[in-house]
Amino acid sequence: MTTANPQLNDHGELIHLLSLEGLSREIIHDILDRAAPFTAVAEREVKKVPLLRGKSIFNLFFENSTRTRTTFEIAAKRLSADVINLNINTSSAAKGETLLDTVDNLAAMQADMFVVRHASSGAPYLIAQHLAATGRNHIHVVNAGDGSHSHPTQGLLDMYTIRHYKRDFTGLTVALVGDILHSRVARSQLHALVTLGVPEIRLVGPKTLLPAAAARMIEKGPLRVCHDINEGLKGADVVMTLRLQNERMQGALLPSPQEYFKSYGLTPEKLALAKPDAIVMHPGPMNRGIEIDSAVADGKQAVILPQVTFGIAVRMAVMSMLAGGSQ
Amino acid sequence: MHTLPSITELIDQLTAQIRPHVRPDTVLVGIHTGGVWVAEALHARLGLLTPPASIDVSFHRDDHHLGSGLKAAGQVSHLPDDVAGAHLILVDDVLYTGRTIRAALNEIFDYGRPARVDLAVLVDRGGRELPIAATWCAYTLQQPLPASQSFNLQRDTNGELNFSLSEK
Repeated sequence: MTTANPQLNDHGELIHLLSLEGLSREIIHDILDRAAPFTAVAEREVKKVPLLRGKSIFNLFFENSTRTRTTFEIAAKRLSADVINLNINTSSAAKGETLLDTVDNLAAMQADMFVVRHASSGAPYLIAQHLAATGRNHIHVVNAGDGSHSHPTQGLLDMYTIRHYKRDFTGLTVALVGDILHSRVARSQLHALVTLGVPEIRLVGPKTLLPAAAARMIEKGPLRVCHDINEGLKGADVVMTLRLQNERMQGALLPSPQEYFKSYGLTPEKLALAKPDAIVMHPGPMNRGIEIDSAVADGKQAVILPQVTFGIAVRMAVMSMLAGGSQ
Repeated sequence: MHTLPSITELIDQLTAQIRPHVRPDTVLVGIHTGGVWVAEALHARLGLLTPPASIDVSFHRDDHHLGSGLKAAGQVSHLPDDVAGAHLILVDDVLYTGRTIRAALNEIFDYGRPARVDLAVLVDRGGRELPIAATWCAYTLQQPLPASQSFNLQRDTNGELNFSLSEK
């Protein structure tokens, strides 16, 4: 239970997907390679393959998210799994049941996989550890976002998108723009970008929205902090904008959304500083007019909707890797 | 040890068997990877109009439980746009248990309902585990090949095909 990486079994195979931290470059590329054929499934007459036929996948969403839950549900259904959606806010948790009691009850219903979103960082780890401690390693856990810690499938689909358009990571300049402090997406992206060998990663945002830890990492890795967006975007190949997470902010970290847009909102003028073939990404949902201008969001360089489509294939790859065998 | 006729003989033999039965719109569907090479060779000899298609059966394999999870990354199937009503000839290098053919049929039907599907293979090594038979087969082994052995089709850098016998 106290192995170095609870995501891997003794043979180094993925049994849970909890975080991109600690996953090797080989494993990440392997997941992306497996995702590629799944993109074609949606183009068939029958948009289903039988890899997870007969498996029960429980979507445990302790925090709301329509898009992520829906893409996980579509991915599981295209793999022929049975999907049970639990909106925990309105169910037993509201009656006082603990997280692990909920898990035990669902495990007693022969669950094969939990897809977990939780407002507390580490909740999916807790579930995975609990399953391991009680000898139920055949039940898999996928982290669908925990607090401000990690959102590994989003990080993977972003890497898939970059690889799709740019082919190779080792010559890229990538700019992450916005609310990096509160963003689990940014954390997952950073781990993956560093692991995949991106030589220059710029963290662009106001001092109040950049984590103190980033400043410590700078000396070692390819990370650079830019408080000036013009400097941050110059010559970039990939611009990853982040959502301003008002719901996670406590205290006045920003003067006002209008002020933020003026300094850090991605406009066509600012984007012109990046390479002409730079791609613009956003994990959604977008705040138009705050972190991104509509002209950019709907522009030629935006790959925001392809990100959503690739996300389904990436989640299919992850789920079929974890539970494709009955062991 | 089994010795097979040369690849050229096998492909010529298979071509002769298939030729009377093809229509101009017949589509050859090679099963990854060896079957794709054989389909390309047959296509050139038969002079069909429609380019050969290819199929990957990873999504329909029935042996996932023997390992853990989906193994290697698969290839993408490239089937014609209108599978419905088409005459397809599945092409593979070696016919063994029949499980690959079962998976390929399932994969095809995910794209539509063909009018007819035939199976053409270079070698039938015996050892069937499902009720599947080839429509055309260039060479059938008199005695089934032991399970510990397998024929592997390879293609060298010049595009020349070659069978080798390997021991597990």
